Amino acid sequence: MTAHTTVDGGSTPTEAAPGNTASADATLSASVSKDAAAVWDAAGEPPALATRGLTKRFRGGQVAVDHIDLLVPHGAVFGFLGPNGSGKTTTIRMLLGLIRPTAGEFDVLGRRMPAAAGAVLPRVGALVEGPAFHPYLSGRANLARLDAGDRTVDPRTSRRRIGEALERVGLTAAAGKRYRNYSLGMRQRLGLAAALLRPRDLLVLDEPTNGLDPQGTREVRTLVRELAAEGSTIFVSSHLLSEIEQICSHVAVMSRGTLVTQGTLAELRDVAAPRLRVVVAGPDDVAVAAEVLARLGLPAPEVEAERLATTIGETPPELVTRELVLAGVGVRELAVERPDLEDVFVSLTGEGFDVDQ
Amino acid sequence: MSTSEMSTSEMSAGASTGEVPAGAVVRGRTASPVLRSPRSLSTRLLRSELRLVFGRRRNQALLLALACVPVLIATAIRLSEGSGRGGRGGDGDGPAFIGQIAGNGLFVAFTALVVTLPLFLPLAVSVAAGEAVAGEASIGTLRNLLVVPVSRTRLLLVKFAGIVAFAVAAALTVGAAGVLIGFALFPIGPVTLLSGGTLGVGAALVRVLLVALYVAAMLAGLAAIGLFASTLTEVPIAAMAVTAITAVVVQILDAVPQIAVIHPYLLTDWWLRFGDLLRDPVVYGDMARGLLVTAGYVVVFGALAWARLGTKDVSS
Repeated sequence: MTAHTTVDGGSTPTEAAPGNTASADATLSASVSKDAAAVWDAAGEPPALATRGLTKRFRGGQVAVDHIDLLVPHGAVFGFLGPNGSGKTTTIRMLLGLIRPTAGEFDVLGRRMPAAAGAVLPRVGALVEGPAFHPYLSGRANLARLDAGDRTVDPRTSRRRIGEALERVGLTAAAGKRYRNYSLGMRQRLGLAAALLRPRDLLVLDEPTNGLDPQGTREVRTLVRELAAEGSTIFVSSHLLSEIEQICSHVAVMSRGTLVTQGTLAELRDVAAPRLRVVVAGPDDVAVAAEVLARLGLPAPEVEAERLATTIGETPPELVTRELVLAGVGVRELAVERPDLEDVFVSLTGEGFDVDQ
Repeated sequence: MSTSEMSTSEMSAGASTGEVPAGAVVRGRTASPVLRSPRSLSTRLLRSELRLVFGRRRNQALLLALACVPVLIATAIRLSEGSGRGGRGGDGDGPAFIGQIAGNGLFVAFTALVVTLPLFLPLAVSVAAGEAVAGEASIGTLRNLLVVPVSRTRLLLVKFAGIVAFAVAAALTVGAAGVLIGFALFPIGPVTLLSGGTLGVGAALVRVLLVALYVAAMLAGLAAIGLFASTLTEVPIAAMAVTAITAVVVQILDAVPQIAVIHPYLLTDWWLRFGDLLRDPVVYGDMARGLLVTAGYVVVFGALAWARLGTKDVSS
C-alpha cells in the first residue's frame, strides 16, 4: 500500500494538497489542541462540535467510546475516521442525543447538550448509520413525514424543500416510488436528502458513501464540497480514508473507542514525514554520505549495509542529490518515500479495516 | 451559514425558552422564509401519524375484517331465520342483544360490538400499539424522528393519539357496518330499551354511536399498555403479542370468582358495561367508573412508557 514518490532529482516531493485545506490550516491548527475548551474562531463562531471526556460504557461493561475530546471547528469539513467498530457511530449517536453518554459533556453549535437539543438539532442535518425509512411509503412521503416533525420550518414551504432535497441528491425521478423498491444507492441518497430538508449549520453524515458505486461516491463528495462552500460545517465519518481524504480539511482518527489523533489534514500528514532513502555504491560511501546529510541538517540516518534512511523534512531532494554527487558519493538509488494518509491511518489504528475487539 | 439564518435559529431557540420575545425582530437582512419560530401546538406530526396508521394496508385490512363480523352475524341469523330456527338469546356477560336482531336490524350493531370486544378489537389495538414505537425502532425510523428533532414526550403523545384514533375507527367500523347490514337484512324500527321503553330510530343511532365511543374509550387503556410494551422492545410482533395476551389474561382473571375483590380494578371488567346506554334514562354510574379506571391505566402506563422511552438508548 505504500506509495513511493521516487524523486529523480527534478520534481519536488510536495504533492498537490487539497485546495480547501491550505488556507484554513494556519489559523485553525492553533485551535485544535488537546484541551478542547470552547475555542471560538476569528469570526466569533463557536466550534460546531466540542466534547470533553465523552464516554459510553454499555450495560455489558464494554467501553465503546472512551474519554474523547473532539473539537470540530466552525466551517470545517471534518473527517471522522476509524475502522468498523471503533466507536464512530456510538459517538455520533451521543452527539445527536440518541444515546446517553456515561460520562463527559459536549456542545453542539456552541450550546450545551442534551439540554439544548430542541433548539440545536433543527440546525443539524444527520444521516445516522445508514438510511432508514418506511418501506411502503414513497421517498417523497418519507421526507414529508420527517419534515412534519420539524416545528421550526414553515409547512407551506415543505413541498418545495422536499423537491429541492430530492433534486439535489438526484432522486427526483424515483421520488414517487416506494422505498422498498429503492436500490441501496437510492436509499443512501434518500438519507442524504433527509439531512438536506432545510438549511443546516452542521451536517453529521455517518458513512454517507456506504453502498454507493464510484459514480455515486464522487457525487457525494461533490455534494459535500457544495454544502461546505455554502457555509455548513460537515462532520463525515468513514472507515475508508480514501473516500473522504480529498474533501476534508480536518481529520480525527478513532481506534478501539479512543481518539488517536485529530487535527488538520496537514498535521496528520506530518505524523509520517517524508523519508529519504539512499543506496550508495560501497561501504566507504556510507560515511561520506552520512557526513553530507549531517551538513545539510538532516537527522542522523539509520544505516543498514549500503542503505541510509532518514527524514528529509523541507530539504529539496535535488539539493541532497547534488551534494552527494559533488562529494563523490556513488549514488545508486535515491528516493523520497511519502507515506500517504492511508499508511498513517493504518499505523494509527493498528490492523486497518478489520473489526476491532 | 448566513447571519440571517443564524439569527433566526437563535431567535427560535430563545422564543421556546422565553428568553427572547417571540416577536423579536431579526436585524439586517430578511430571515430565511423557510424557518419560523416553533409553534407550541402543531398538528403536522399528528396528521402525518394518522396518515401512516390509516394508510397502511395491514391496518386497512384489519378494519375490513372487523367490518365483516357484523355481516357474518347478520347473515347467519338471516339464514337460520329462513330455515325456521329463530335466534336464541345470547349468553355470557354482555347484554343479550342477539335474540332481538331478527326483530330490529339496529341490534346487529350492538351485538357485533359485544362479540368483537373480548378479542377482535383488542387485537386491532395491539397491532397498532405494537407498531407504534417498536415498529419505528425495528426499521430504524425512530432515530430519524428523534434527530429531526421530535422530542420523546411529543412522539409518545402523537403515537398514543394514533393508537386511540385507530381504536375509535375500529369501534366505529364495527358499529357502522352493523347498522348498514342491519338496514339491509332486517326491519328497522324503534328500539325497545333494556329499561322497557322505546327509542326512535334516530335516537337509537345516536346510542349506537355512544356505545362505539365507550368501547373505544375502554380500548384506550389497552392502548396505553400496548404503548408501554412497544417501548420495551424493537420487535413489533413481540409488543403486539404481549398486549393481546394481556387483554386475554385480564379477562380470564375477571372471570375467576375467587378473586372478585380485585375485579373492579381490572381493565376489562368495565368493557361491557355499555348496556346502560340502552336504558332510559341512561345510567352512567358504572360507565363513569369504567372511564375512571381506564383513565388510571392510561396515566400509569403512559407514565411508564414515558419513563422508558425518555431514558432509552436508541441504538437501532
